[in-house]
Amino acid sequence: MSPSIEADASRLPATAPPKSARRVSLIWKTRWFGVGFIVLLLALWEIAAASGAVPSMSFPRMSAVMMTWWELIVSGELLGELVPSLWRMFAGYFVGVALGVALGLLMGYFRFFYSLLEPITEVLRPIPSPAYLPIVILFLGIDDEMKIFMIAFASLFPVLLNTYSGVRSVDPIQLQTARTFGVTGWKLLWQIVLPSAAPYIFTGMRVSLAVALIVMVISEMVAASSGIGYFILSAQRGFKIREMFAGVLTLAIVGYVLNRLFVAIENRVLAWHYGYTVQQRN
Amino acid sequence: MANSTRPFLSLRGIRKTFAAAGGTTIALNGVDLEIERGSFVSVIGSSGCGKSTLLQIMAGLIEPTTGNVTIEGCKVDGPPRNVIYVFQQYTRSLFPWKTVERNVAFGLENREQLSKEAIAARTQEYISLVKLTGFERHYPWQLSGGMQQRVAIARALACRPDVLLMDEPFSAVDALTRVGLQELVRSLWRELGLTVVFVTHDVDEGVYLSTRVVALGRPPATVAVDLPIELPHPRDQIATRALPEYLDYRGRLLAQLFAEEGLAARGAA
Ligand SMILES: Nc1ncnc2c1ncn2[C@@H]1O[C@H](COP(=O)(O)OP(=O)(O)OP(=O)(O)O)[C@@H](O)[C@H]1O
Ligand SMILES: [Mg+2]
Repeated sequence: MSPSIEADASRLPATAPPKSARRVSLIWKTRWFGVGFIVLLLALWEIAAASGAVPSMSFPRMSAVMMTWWELIVSGELLGELVPSLWRMFAGYFVGVALGVALGLLMGYFRFFYSLLEPITEVLRPIPSPAYLPIVILFLGIDDEMKIFMIAFASLFPVLLNTYSGVRSVDPIQLQTARTFGVTGWKLLWQIVLPSAAPYIFTGMRVSLAVALIVMVISEMVAASSGIGYFILSAQRGFKIREMFAGVLTLAIVGYVLNRLFVAIENRVLAWHYGYTVQQRN
Repeated sequence: MANSTRPFLSLRGIRKTFAAAGGTTIALNGVDLEIERGSFVSVIGSSGCGKSTLLQIMAGLIEPTTGNVTIEGCKVDGPPRNVIYVFQQYTRSLFPWKTVERNVAFGLENREQLSKEAIAARTQEYISLVKLTGFERHYPWQLSGGMQQRVAIARALACRPDVLLMDEPFSAVDALTRVGLQELVRSLWRELGLTVVFVTHDVDEGVYLSTRVVALGRPPATVAVDLPIELPHPRDQIATRALPEYLDYRGRLLAQLFAEEGLAARGAA
């Protein structure tokens, strides 16, 4: 169906098809369409594994994975692994975000900090985090400190760069207005620059959230005795394939929930911004 | 008109050049002005002649290339505490993350040691003076252009500064609202003894409001006409505008502007 026909139909309610017919014809526009696609893929998985078309050893039936997952949830085993993982992730993430915002504000606002920190940022930022993991282990061992440091360090850069861009794009008229009302220095940074840069900061925080999840799993796979990353890898090593899949499934759910939570918070905090940008576009 | 002795706000030899890709623009080429305390000075002139630049120099937002601005003998370098400047770009000068109420309260919260209740009361008072009661919780981008302009005006007036610099503050409002705002600014000026410098394109508005009208010439601008307006106070939108003196001031200024633009002045006299 072409968009223009659809638009015409909505403009002429009198001649529009009955509601139920419309609903059916528009199902591909709803979220359920994509959810249905996932269900279809899972069904194909089930069929492929059940028919023996793929080796069941490394590819258990989907229903078996689900059952194992449920047993691990009920027994508390998965949650027991998830709690230390999430604690490390959030500890590192919040440290990284706080530092990223602080450094981004300083670099955007004070030329001194920009000149001082821009080169080192550009040197450190491109290093993939797994590459410096061995170094960090040398200094911090293999406990939580190491993981939190890894997660914080990797989360820092997206936030820093976006905060910096946000500060640079503050409307100079807003800054001047604040100055005429006697707001200068740190007050200006806090009252005008920070809220004005907030949409950029949130963009950075969202990128960092995904990064934090990745680095959490990697660091737990390399060196840990607990956590979801450790759980997945040791399940694979012990040929507990269903448990391995259950662990990955858990991560998918965690990632999804975290992102939804993030979007909900962002929508609340930045409600002004969405209205503002819509109005600017008109 | 108050006849105080020493100059309150004084501009001496103000020149301002802007370096741009196409070469340097001379925006102001030697402006001298002495503004008395309590006067209401309108600045008129064609678009691009440097009115906003002049006002921003008075506000301490732009540094002149040469010359200096003093208020009560103190050199202006940076926005002075007792001066408020209302931007021509009113839309961009409102804070989009703050509601109307918070925007209007912004100056009060930052300039004065007032209690929360006093700030709330003053905010409410000025919101109602610009006829925006009921829109306190709206965001600026939910308002029309003219309403946004009134938020910016309320925010400035609420601070009751000694000097109010207004850059085409009524450009986006309809004729009736404009009359209301003119009366509001005039009554506050008289009540509080403000010094107002008011940029406008509208010669009638300049003459009606002011105790003095300054016309800048074509760029690079200097003061082309400096005309004291000796119309009686209080003024009245209908009676004052019908006075022969009023028409005379208006005619002289229009003739000057037309001459600057190379237009025939026959229709204006
Ligand atoms: N930041 C700037 N950089 C370069 N040139 C500038 C800058 N600001 C102003 N100018 C130039 O200075 C001159 C005067 O500008 P100004 O904004 O003061 O005019 P104006 O009289 O306020 O005009 P209008 O009535 O249209 O608002 C113009 O030629 C403009 O191009
Ligand atoms: Mg201007």
